[in-house]
Amino acid sequence: MMTAQTILSPHPEEPRSGVSKDAPARSETSFETKPPASPQDEGCGETKPAYNYAYLDEQTKRMIRRALLKAVAVPGYQVPFGSREMPLARGWGTGGIQITAAIIGPDDTLKVIDQGADDTTNAVSIRRFFQQTAAVKTTEATDEATIIQTRHRIPEAPLNPGQIMVYQVPMPEPLRKLEPREAETRKMHAWAEYGLMQVKLYENIARFGEVTTTYDYPVLVNGRYIMAPSPIPKFDNPKMHMSPSLQLFGAGREKRIYALPPHTSVKSLDFDDHPFRIQSWTEPCGLCGAGDSYLDEVITDDHGGRMFVCSDSHHCETRRGQGHRGAMLADASALHLVEETKP
Amino acid sequence: MLPQSQIGAGFSDPVFQSQAAFRALLAALSEPGTRQVMTSPVTPPQGLEAATAIALLALADYETPIWLTPALRDGPAGAWLRFHCGATLIENPADAAFAVIDGATDAPLLSTFSIGTDQFPDRSTTVIVQCAGLEGGRSVTLSGPGIADTRLVAPDGLRSGFWAEVAANAELYPLGVDLVLSHGNTIIGLPRSTQIASPEHASPEMLETY
Amino acid sequence: MYVAVKGGEAAILATHDLIAEARRGDQSVPELSVAQIREQMGLACARVMNEGSLYDLDLAALALKQAQGDAIEAAFLMRAYRTTLPRFGSSEPVDTAMMAIRRRVSATYKDLPGGQVLGPTYDYTHRLFDFALMDTPDVMVGLDPTISGQGTSSTNASGDARVKPEHDARALDATMPRVPDILGAEGLMEAEVPIEGDPRPFDLTREPISFPAERDVRLQAMARGDEGFLLGLGYSVQRGFGGNHPFVGEIRVGEVSVEFVPEELGFAVDLGDLTLTECQMVNQFAGSKDVAPQFTRGYGLSFGHSERKAMSMSLVDRALKAREFGEAADYPAQQDEFVLYHSDNVEAAGFVEHLKLPHYVDFQGELELIRRIRREREQRAASEQETLPEAAE
Repeated sequence: MMTAQTILSPHPEEPRSGVSKDAPARSETSFETKPPASPQDEGCGETKPAYNYAYLDEQTKRMIRRALLKAVAVPGYQVPFGSREMPLARGWGTGGIQITAAIIGPDDTLKVIDQGADDTTNAVSIRRFFQQTAAVKTTEATDEATIIQTRHRIPEAPLNPGQIMVYQVPMPEPLRKLEPREAETRKMHAWAEYGLMQVKLYENIARFGEVTTTYDYPVLVNGRYIMAPSPIPKFDNPKMHMSPSLQLFGAGREKRIYALPPHTSVKSLDFDDHPFRIQSWTEPCGLCGAGDSYLDEVITDDHGGRMFVCSDSHHCETRRGQGHRGAMLADASALHLVEETKP
Repeated sequence: MLPQSQIGAGFSDPVFQSQAAFRALLAALSEPGTRQVMTSPVTPPQGLEAATAIALLALADYETPIWLTPALRDGPAGAWLRFHCGATLIENPADAAFAVIDGATDAPLLSTFSIGTDQFPDRSTTVIVQCAGLEGGRSVTLSGPGIADTRLVAPDGLRSGFWAEVAANAELYPLGVDLVLSHGNTIIGLPRSTQIASPEHASPEMLETY
Repeated sequence: MYVAVKGGEAAILATHDLIAEARRGDQSVPELSVAQIREQMGLACARVMNEGSLYDLDLAALALKQAQGDAIEAAFLMRAYRTTLPRFGSSEPVDTAMMAIRRRVSATYKDLPGGQVLGPTYDYTHRLFDFALMDTPDVMVGLDPTISGQGTSSTNASGDARVKPEHDARALDATMPRVPDILGAEGLMEAEVPIEGDPRPFDLTREPISFPAERDVRLQAMARGDEGFLLGLGYSVQRGFGGNHPFVGEIRVGEVSVEFVPEELGFAVDLGDLTLTECQMVNQFAGSKDVAPQFTRGYGLSFGHSERKAMSMSLVDRALKAREFGEAADYPAQQDEFVLYHSDNVEAAGFVEHLKLPHYVDFQGELELIRRIRREREQRAASEQETLPEAAE
């Protein structure tokens, strides 16, 4: 069997272990995240790895950091990067996780949301990953976070300068559904040949009277690149435009990184006679009464009963804390959506 | 090459000092024109500003060929980068991932470095321009991504024609080099996406803001 | 005051306990050891090593144990571990001509130097259950009476009196030239010429791939690609979705030694042995005005004893050479982007299975749209209904 121990020295072509800055991290910054091997696993109990801070090795972080700097220099352009295999599944946020791991430090406070909520299962799982590997401070409060990793939503509260949004991206190529071959879509971006996208949107209008894309709605960035905003609802698209915060996008499986610096033009594609419009609801949030937030539909019984609640769980809680009450707040505790606490 | 004992120290805490340096670089290039301070204590070799040394420590390695002026390459700076980064120092500027130039000298021109390709505009050189100062020079108005309206910068000691080169580089967008101006422990980012306007309407009060 | 009910974290931790319980199964049945899996589930370990891209039998066995035998989950464990390992350097190329042969068959020659060596194979077993394996502890695993030549007459009622077959005793020839090399000596086989300067092969686990992909990238992707996917593609080539007419020039299975040259020593050091399976397919090729007709090659190499994988890979390797030979690339197996992007089962499984993650924000967007379009359609229909009598007049 080949093990690291039997190999003697670096190869000139490979990263040199003798390079001074790649010295192992200090002992207090390494994390044992693997349980010890069970005694019955004889013949296998050799080395248990101590992972680097934020899991990724330093060479990998440098590679991702270099890609990020090129990404902010060319907003909306997808930079190919050497996406690593992660201990979480592809399609489950490995692109966002790699970006967060490459940027996070001891001064950061991390918020992780999925579907707008801090307590959805994958958000919990990713937050635990960084608590374990980076011992990082976490929060559910949007305004306390320095880094917000998200899947499918942008928080309702306006973001602040200095905050960094990290989006998990499944399909970074906005043209992929029109042209499956990467070799072709890369050329279309290179020459800004976006006619196919216009045709597709217009066919949509001809058939349904409007553009029927409701999420991952394509945008034009800085007047140059068409970009996939990740599967956020188109409701959130306007929040990207001229946002004061830095927005970073990571697609792990597809091995692409892209970015929007603060104050960058992000225009949702539309036509003069069919302007872009966002979703709206006829009723407000049942819990906090908000009439301007993105709502999730909750089925309350099997006789057609339903209520609508804010998808941004922190936003909803904040509003309730300020005394806003939705029409169904009292009923909601029966559904275990909220719990009444005695003052 | 110098013996190792004469090479100054790099990062004392590579993991966190690299991270802090990178965040300064990320802020610099995502908000062009803002001054970002690199706080990690290193002993830069002769010829490199502290911020230049810190940026290369944070970003460069065996995968990133670096172009230095011949004097720097053959002196302590070259030895320092080889030792700490394991980086290859190359002679052809068009092959460089990173380059360090002196902003005051006439050569090399920014156009000698790689601007990337149509399909891979990311494959361009990041040029670190060492300056005599990051303020007090001729003021220039910037606009573009990362800048809410406009932003003024006034780095000092840059060759005449430097801003014309930067403006020409921005014309190539989305191709082009990305610049990091460096002096002492401070940097200013000037990515290719930044537009350069004429300097006339800069007032001293506005300069104070940045 | 109402606060949101949060159960995510507790629920996730509970799933970890439940999976551990499910993995262990009935506690009255003895627990499997990793060594048992390594020794008695060798072909499963080989698949996990291939698709996990890491040659380590013990870790492959541990991965299979931890994953309850799920090959893709086990490969995922291997990959997530592999990615954290420091790279000390590249070994010298292994030489399969020097392989210590366990099995070697050629379909192109009746006999050849070194002969046909059947070795361990299921090829000629009749797929009849060997019920003796079910609950008798001392049966020699793998010695099926239908091929051992001993028949049922020499086994006792419990089937545990098997003896080693006779052919095990004969020593193999010292040298076994590779069949494509024999054809190559006659000038009939497409030569394998290293790229100018013989650069270090691309590593798709460290760098992003771009297209068209060179052969080193394609071979690496297939070596770690899903066996089932490559099998299906290879089969499609044979059935006509790709115009190749392959012969198995040779399949060989055995051990090769791995050598490494440390910079400070300057000479090769033996690191140990790998078990490899190599398949070379011989394909027809018409040649051209400038090139005399030659056979072309499809190459497959995989860890452990894994013939199906190596054969499938060699079929698809040849199909992917369409561009080099100026052939039309009309079929999936001939298209590098299609094959390379979809053969990685850890990526594919992740993306397919991510559909079970919450998507209710996006679904709500679709609900809002479809309800509104239907409502507007009904309103339109209703207003047309109202205007209809007037139109009739």
